[in-house]
Amino acid sequence: MSDVAVIGFAQAPAERHSAATTNGVEMLVPIFHEVFAATGLTKDDIGFWCSGSSDYLAGRAFSFVSAVDAIGAFPPVMESHVEQDGAWALYEAWLKVLTGEAEIALAYGFGKASAGNLHRLLALQLDPYLLAPLWPDAVSVAALSARAGLDAGRWSEQDMAQVAARSWACARGNPRALPPVDAEASVEELLSRPYLAEPLREHDCAPVTDGAAVVILAAGDRARELCERPAWITGFEHRVDSAALGARDLSVCASAASAGQAAGARRAEVAELHAQFTHEEIIVRQALELGDDVVVNPSGGALTGNPMFAAGLARIGSAAAQIMSGRADVALGHAASGPALQQNLVCVMEGR
Amino acid sequence: MSQPSGPQTALHAVLEISFDYTRSLGPTLGAFMTALADRRILGARASDGSVHAPPFEYDPVTAAPPEELVEVGPGGTVTSWSWLPAPQEGQPLDVPFGWALIKLDGADTAMLHAVDAGSAAAMRTGMRVRPRWSGRRGSGITDIECFEPGEPPASGTVSTAGTVSTADAATVAMLTMPITLSYEHTVSPGESSFLLALAEGRLIGQRCPACQKVYIPPRGACPVDGVPTQDEVQLPDTGIVTTFCVVNVPFHGQQVPVPYVAASVLLDGADIAFQHLILGCDPNEVKMGMRVKAVWKPREEWETSLRNIEYFEPAGGPDAPYESYAHHL
Amino acid sequence: MKQRAAVLGTGQTQHRSKRADVSIAGLCREAIDRALADACLTGDQIDAVVLGKAPDLFEGVMMPELYLADALGAVGKPLLRVHTAGSVGGATGLVAASLIQAGVHRRVLAVAFEKQSESNAMWALSISPPFSMPVLAGAGGYFAPHIRSYIRRSGAPAHIGAMVAAKDRRNGARNPCAHLRQADMTMEKVLASPMLWDPVRYDETCPSSDGACAVVIGDQAAAEASGQPVAWIRGTAMRTEPTMFSGKDHVNPRAGYDCAQALWAAAGISSPVDQIDAAEIYVPFSWFEPMWLENLGFAEPGGGWRLTESGDTEITGQIPVNPSGGVLSSNPIGASGLLRFAESAMQVTGKAGEHQVAGARTALGHAYGGGSQYFSMWVVGDTPD
Repeated sequence: MSDVAVIGFAQAPAERHSAATTNGVEMLVPIFHEVFAATGLTKDDIGFWCSGSSDYLAGRAFSFVSAVDAIGAFPPVMESHVEQDGAWALYEAWLKVLTGEAEIALAYGFGKASAGNLHRLLALQLDPYLLAPLWPDAVSVAALSARAGLDAGRWSEQDMAQVAARSWACARGNPRALPPVDAEASVEELLSRPYLAEPLREHDCAPVTDGAAVVILAAGDRARELCERPAWITGFEHRVDSAALGARDLSVCASAASAGQAAGARRAEVAELHAQFTHEEIIVRQALELGDDVVVNPSGGALTGNPMFAAGLARIGSAAAQIMSGRADVALGHAASGPALQQNLVCVMEGR
Repeated sequence: MSQPSGPQTALHAVLEISFDYTRSLGPTLGAFMTALADRRILGARASDGSVHAPPFEYDPVTAAPPEELVEVGPGGTVTSWSWLPAPQEGQPLDVPFGWALIKLDGADTAMLHAVDAGSAAAMRTGMRVRPRWSGRRGSGITDIECFEPGEPPASGTVSTAGTVSTADAATVAMLTMPITLSYEHTVSPGESSFLLALAEGRLIGQRCPACQKVYIPPRGACPVDGVPTQDEVQLPDTGIVTTFCVVNVPFHGQQVPVPYVAASVLLDGADIAFQHLILGCDPNEVKMGMRVKAVWKPREEWETSLRNIEYFEPAGGPDAPYESYAHHL
Repeated sequence: MKQRAAVLGTGQTQHRSKRADVSIAGLCREAIDRALADACLTGDQIDAVVLGKAPDLFEGVMMPELYLADALGAVGKPLLRVHTAGSVGGATGLVAASLIQAGVHRRVLAVAFEKQSESNAMWALSISPPFSMPVLAGAGGYFAPHIRSYIRRSGAPAHIGAMVAAKDRRNGARNPCAHLRQADMTMEKVLASPMLWDPVRYDETCPSSDGACAVVIGDQAAAEASGQPVAWIRGTAMRTEPTMFSGKDHVNPRAGYDCAQALWAAAGISSPVDQIDAAEIYVPFSWFEPMWLENLGFAEPGGGWRLTESGDTEITGQIPVNPSGGVLSSNPIGASGLLRFAESAMQVTGKAGEHQVAGARTALGHAYGGGSQYFSMWVVGDTPD
């Protein structure tokens, strides 16, 4: 299989309530500029573009169509779109580089989750006959998974609060994370707070976030020319689990485990995990068999900024940045989609 | 004529989308929903022998439809739960309640539903629950209003019904799912200045710094160059029709009575047309290249919208020659 | 570097205005089961699934591939979800092909569907955001003015649109899966039908359909092991341009032209009108047949309507267009593009039955979407090169 590497990454600053439109243009134009400046590329160098976004997040059909304004897509470009997190757009971009149709490919994701009622909206991802008519909100569904793990003795509420505290501590070094509400809160203090949806407290849940991210891939020698230390992709896999929540053990994640195994997740020294709830970080960490010495979410992760449809792509970009900057030799980016970690993607990268 | 735009506040307003979706159920879900109307709960036997309740339509391993549906419950055991202190629109209960995964007696998988337990303290994994049926029949999964703590009545505890044939006629075959969602719709800074100018009866476009084309309404970025447009250009309320159609078809949500002319109107000095109405003449009189002028609503009705121009009407004078606008088609 | 790929089998539903007998999953499964049977494969031989459909608002299910994972047979496998507006069915086929061409998988299932009867596409496409002027009236209201521009630019006689519609409806009658099967449709009847979006008449527009399509694509080894005719993917192309920009050619969009040129180059075709035996082109409004014939290079600009008028696009003509009846006979929006791709494969494998073009060895599948801005195309043939 050909050598393909991440050679560029940029993300918009996470915001709780952006003034941008839902078509993403205002968030995308500056980060395209940033990533082009950093790589020395222009839009004409991009052989394939692929985006990830959601019509339902924006509240109208074909909402992604206007986003191509941010590209300046004339003369016409080779371009595609997934109704998924931008991480899956990156997967499609990776395919295009592997086939040789593109030497350089760019994936982006964007979402303005604050435009609607995100947690209510996500009920529409559930079975439209058996579940959606009950409107189970996303926090409550995640809470069922958190409870399953508590009951099974896989984690404690203390473990969950520790994930939150560590994430916010890490986010201090990340100017693109959300400004913390109370960065100094201790684990004990966090645990004294009321439940949002028992057993989840506010600190267990990723904040509703607006944002965008962009990642550039390049093949072989082009990657070496454009980047001093490209993040070479050594494994890129994704899997989906059954939609039947009640037929799954929600304290584990089979799709993350099998994607991780196929991608070689255990090699990672650093992992950026798209955990939208504290217990999900524990589930994914266990599923990917990451050892205690693996640094998880040095960026602060999704708990400190979770722009829907960009956050998974940003995890891969953040992991790649660890390699490009020389801080790590093998890094892993993970993206998740759907209720209770139904769909998982793992991208393992290395410096050479 | 041209001036740099100042700092802008983006305009925003509520966008509500609402539709009653019609869901046809097919054989398996139809049998399940029909049984619910009859106050029975069915599960599906999987290829590995396990019983899934609610039933799967397609076996998670073989993707085949279930070979048989079997009655389960009505009693069940909570396998996981959460507690929601602040119920939201559309959820089964409007008082604080628990969400639970409930393994119905005789089933190997759990179903998600609400539990009316009064308080979180009354909830625990392993608790026994029974369905509370709603007053409605044939409404689908909401035929079960929720579950409540306790064992089912004795008559219901013995599951003697045996198997139910999937070939049974499904009398509940269709359900309606109303979906109403509310969004905050925000426009770009450029479009905001366009709309604010409209509220003053002015038409403002923006010139792309790269290609020099004048866009009205201004866009978040020039679609050709991918750069934000900056310089504002005031445009007159006169122009031409480049092309158009006569709309004769009424549809759900329509806001203008038919027939009407929907046209691409190219303002004098603009480099792109926008869509607007042509009224004030017989639709058959509208022609490509026809000169038109805006008919504004009364000033007191002006708002931040292109609706301030009620429509365009013929302005008289000779039509623009085809060659002068052919590149806008 | 790029691996060979071939269509091993195709399947489609009985398209109807309302498939009230099935759920969304049941609709997809009907197409999948037929595709697997056609390919003589079982679900466990599929490595990955690609699902395409148009806006989620049409069915009121957000990212329905998640809920459909079990019905698609995707549990434990990779599952991708494509959405490129009306071209999505085509893009779905191309992403599935990429998975093979990249050497990642051996057999991939592409599925596309739309269950339009769950809601109302015209409503979903005409939602007017705040501050905007409510002018648009669905896809017909969007495209009719551009059809008027085409007629003005090309000087085409007014009856061309009706000729296309009558041909496609008659072709649809040969296709057992088609939604509209009107063997006795004539140009005169089309011309007598109500004017909806002048210059577009009722019978010149596509129906609103429930339907799904599935295609199994495999690598060279899978194709050679299949033991039956396969459709080799000779070339693929996709292009995008913005919906609206100053200088956009709505009649002959540059993205479609560039896409076709890239496609012909990839497939080694120098004269499409001579070398393509059958074309399945996305024609939701009849006038788009001559428009796309020009855009694709089957005719010079302004000359597409002459191919239609001379009967060359009939099933027996020089370049048969939409022998299946096309989008004008069945339009499950998200699936419509993949249906074009599947029908092109059926032609070169000799599986098109009553609507088989005699001796077809090389065929085009085409899809477009958005404001004539997303294009997806492939060329398939009965041999690899």
